Amino acid sequence: MTVSEILDPLQTAESWKQAGRNVAIATVIETWGSAPRPTGSHLVIDSEGNFEGSVSGGCVEGAVITEALDVIESGAPKMLEFGVADETAWRVGLSCGGRIRVYVERLG
Amino acid sequence: MELDALTKLNAARRSRRAAVVVTDLANDQVEVILEGEPVSGLLGEETAKAFRSGKAGTVELEGQSLFLNVHLPPPRIVVIGAVHISQALARLAPVAGYDLTIIDPRTAFATEERFEGVELIADWPEDVLKDHPLDAYTALAAVTHDPKIDDFPLSEALRVGCFYVGALGSRKTHAKRVERLKELGRTDNEIGRIAAPIGLDIGAASPAEIALATLAQIVQAFRRRDLVTVG
Repeated sequence: MTVSEILDPLQTAESWKQAGRNVAIATVIETWGSAPRPTGSHLVIDSEGNFEGSVSGGCVEGAVITEALDVIESGAPKMLEFGVADETAWRVGLSCGGRIRVYVERLG
Repeated sequence: MELDALTKLNAARRSRRAAVVVTDLANDQVEVILEGEPVSGLLGEETAKAFRSGKAGTVELEGQSLFLNVHLPPPRIVVIGAVHISQALARLAPVAGYDLTIIDPRTAFATEERFEGVELIADWPEDVLKDHPLDAYTALAAVTHDPKIDDFPLSEALRVGCFYVGALGSRKTHAKRVERLKELGRTDNEIGRIAAPIGLDIGAASPAEIALATLAQIVQAFRRRDLVTVG
């Protein structure tokens, strides 16, 4: 694999799935204010918690990975929302002050 | 998303074909649409808009909430000259997500050993560009110092509107180059687009540093251009 393939989460998701691993794809659906990664950015996760790509600057990836494990298990997609004001709903937030919505789906 | 859809998407991205992924957020239905494939109705209008703007976003269509993610071909770099700077640039470009091709007719420079794993074409740019034409998604960096090799691709890059055109050489070298490009029919405006001396001014001294400065300048040209043209 070339460097650009290694850094390409969708390419990673395809090869993981073909190798028999269970995979979820997380996608930034919407951003408000100052968000570190633009709409359309991907994080891919396998059932062991391995991941490639990003949906933020590392602020919420941990929580997305935890939710992704659920999605892989159940097969039902989830819509997650993170923001600086969401500390009651989520233990993690975006220190940059922005808000993002992240869609997590299982790769079938 | 099904594996089939992802495989289709990744194949399109590898062959530099634009694609839009449409996800129905209510029922997890995914459709991959390649540029040029017929799509009727309102969805057709929305996907056409997405291909033009390159921007991902959610649209409401007949009560459905659809997320359209756009995958445009990644910008690529064509380097004229298999020189020391190109060896470093060939390593840096993939990290930034840019495909890279090197063209140099001098077989002493264009060797497998010096450019392992890099797309390298040991032929004259005049001949190579017939089969691999430059386009608006391409950056051209001419770094041989040799007018016989550099001038034609520089002229061609300006003619087709490459998003970046850079040329190595001192201001004195460049002044002479400007005269030659005018003789090739390029206008003052076109010639004014050439980044020369090449690279952002970060005080680069070594070949690797010049490669880094050039890559940074290419990224700047691509991102700034986007802000102007998209909208």
